[in-house]
Amino acid sequence: MKSSVIFAAGALLTLALLANGVHQALVVAPTEQTMGDVQRIFYYHVPSAWTAFLCFFANFVASIFYLVRRSLRSDAMAVASAEVGVVFCTIVLVTGPLWAKPVWGIWWTWDARLTTTLILWLIYVSYLLLRRLSLSEQMPVVAAAMAIFGFLDVPIVYMSIRWWRTQHPQPVIGGAPGSGIDPVMRHALYANFLAFLAYACLIIWFRYMLENRQNRLRAMEEVSWVPVPEGAETSFADEALQSPGEAS
Amino acid sequence: MSMLSLTRATLGKDLRLEWRSKDSFNSMVFFALLVVVIFSFAFEPSAEESRRIAGGLIWVAFLFAAMVALNQTWARELRNRVLDAYRLSPAPANALFLGKALGNFIFVVLMEALITPLFVVFYNLRILGEPWLLALVLLLGTWALVVNGTFFAAISLHTRNREMMLPLILFPISIPAILAMVEATTAILTGEGATGPGTNPAVLWLKLLAGYDIVFTSACLLLFDPILRAE
Amino acid sequence: MTTPLPVLSGGPGAPAAPAIELDHVSKVFGGVVVLRDVCADFAAGRLYAIVGGNGAGKSTLLRLIAGLSQPTRGKVSVGGVPAAGTGGRQVGFMSHESFLYDEMSAMENLKYFCALYGLGEPGREAACASAMAAVGLDPKLTRRVILYSQGMRQRLSLARALIHRPRILLLDEPFSNLDTASAGQITRLLAGERDAGATVLVVTHQAGLLHGVADEFMNISGGSLAPLAAPQ
Repeated sequence: MKSSVIFAAGALLTLALLANGVHQALVVAPTEQTMGDVQRIFYYHVPSAWTAFLCFFANFVASIFYLVRRSLRSDAMAVASAEVGVVFCTIVLVTGPLWAKPVWGIWWTWDARLTTTLILWLIYVSYLLLRRLSLSEQMPVVAAAMAIFGFLDVPIVYMSIRWWRTQHPQPVIGGAPGSGIDPVMRHALYANFLAFLAYACLIIWFRYMLENRQNRLRAMEEVSWVPVPEGAETSFADEALQSPGEAS
Repeated sequence: MSMLSLTRATLGKDLRLEWRSKDSFNSMVFFALLVVVIFSFAFEPSAEESRRIAGGLIWVAFLFAAMVALNQTWARELRNRVLDAYRLSPAPANALFLGKALGNFIFVVLMEALITPLFVVFYNLRILGEPWLLALVLLLGTWALVVNGTFFAAISLHTRNREMMLPLILFPISIPAILAMVEATTAILTGEGATGPGTNPAVLWLKLLAGYDIVFTSACLLLFDPILRAE
Repeated sequence: MTTPLPVLSGGPGAPAAPAIELDHVSKVFGGVVVLRDVCADFAAGRLYAIVGGNGAGKSTLLRLIAGLSQPTRGKVSVGGVPAAGTGGRQVGFMSHESFLYDEMSAMENLKYFCALYGLGEPGREAACASAMAAVGLDPKLTRRVILYSQGMRQRLSLARALIHRPRILLLDEPFSNLDTASAGQITRLLAGERDAGATVLVVTHQAGLLHGVADEFMNISGGSLAPLAAPQ
């Protein structure tokens, strides 16, 4: 019951932030000189990329926690953050071409940010695929190892694509890093970033709770046959049996 | 039991076993040959063009051929459940991993040594850059593929559709390494891109490859134990 | 309701702490309860024969003790340490899968296992030869294992299990595919290990072969382990 209240409050806050973000992006921010209103996709494209990255970082930390503590809650956080991260990656990959087509007439430019995001998308989709197709009892361990590999790859991917683009320059979607940006535009950018971050946290939390409950249910089904002995060490399943209705 | 001697024992065992049957190696070489020939039909480049695309083509051929070897990596351990015997023994898991990875490395490099001259012939290549750099790219690049490939092959053992799973999880993570291999090879073949002393792009990409190798070799050695023990 | 503990480490000179302890161990595989709240102790210097129908959980029990599998619930301890963490030097495991490389000879297989168990280079050849002799195989055999008969493969697998002189021996159907004489030889071998202080657990359909040799007979059925009167 308590968690529903917190969730509702979080949802309202997120809605407010998102509304503010939309307002900033579509109304307050000035129209860009050369590209016109199409440029406003920038306020969705870039913050999504940042949010995706933070989600994957959360996945990395949760995976390390899992390997160290073997707590299923960490694994739940790992899968939740990976899924939300992939969604935000998809947003980047969709908004990129939507922007590029009207501005440069081409759908895809192998732009550094877009390409890096594509590779991250591939890595984390393969992570989710592994989770789904694994037959191992220790799937969370295997998944955690993959998550660590994936995140270790992120800086390498970033560097390699940057070098690749300096060798073979192409138009950059969203302006090269370091190019000047109008302060009002920057404000809109950050406003949307905050809103997306709030949204990501909300959905991750929801997914985390969902996964926890599914794990609990599975554990309860597993041990429902087996008598709970007195004095035995408590396990995840025992917590489930003792507090069936409580929120995580 | 020292890590070194166990690695050596495992490597020796794998070399001996492969030498006796040679099935994995022969398939790999033949497959690489087929890919090279098919590419020759798919792309009929002039000498100048071929230098530009050869780097990419040769690494795609090697990548697919290496998959043949990597998919078989743990096949002998699966038969008769030798893997369980590994789990039961006090042998450090990463010594077993290293022995396996080195075995794969040797065979894939051998395959590359056989196929590269063929490639040069089919595409009438002349290396305009420095050849010894090419050897370095081959070694570092192959290790990048093999070290992760051996690790992920162990992961894919307990998945549905085992053979399909390995490329699905290996390729995305290997993309930066593949990019580096291709770019370095192209730079060496075409001999261009250097904008001054010390800025040879091949060297730049080699550094990236070396970094990749160090990061992922460490990760594999550290994380192989729980992977081996996963049922 | 816990199952009553089987007869414990009796006999003079038996150590106080049991070699293997199962503490309220349950194992569930995909919804099927294979072992249900099993409590049992196995002492050093004793040979246990375990019988039970197919799928009763005998192999699962051995795998749990070997540390190859984790219990869904409860604790398995070997020598006071949780089974998974023992690092294996104490346990010798023989299953119906041979754990051998088909394309190597017997000696090559055994020597590799010596390497896995950290047995030093100098004594290796002799240790392998004596292990093979103990199970009735000719140490000079150079044929690859794939060409062996089932019985020979079984015996080699046993030799492999024994090569590192384990304190705990877990054997899953060691007598299948063996003729009576060989089975007798194996039985004497196991008795010898038991007399030397090892804990021997033999899972078998042919409990009669262990008549007079086993210290205790046990039965697994319905996921529970219970003592059995010795077969006549």
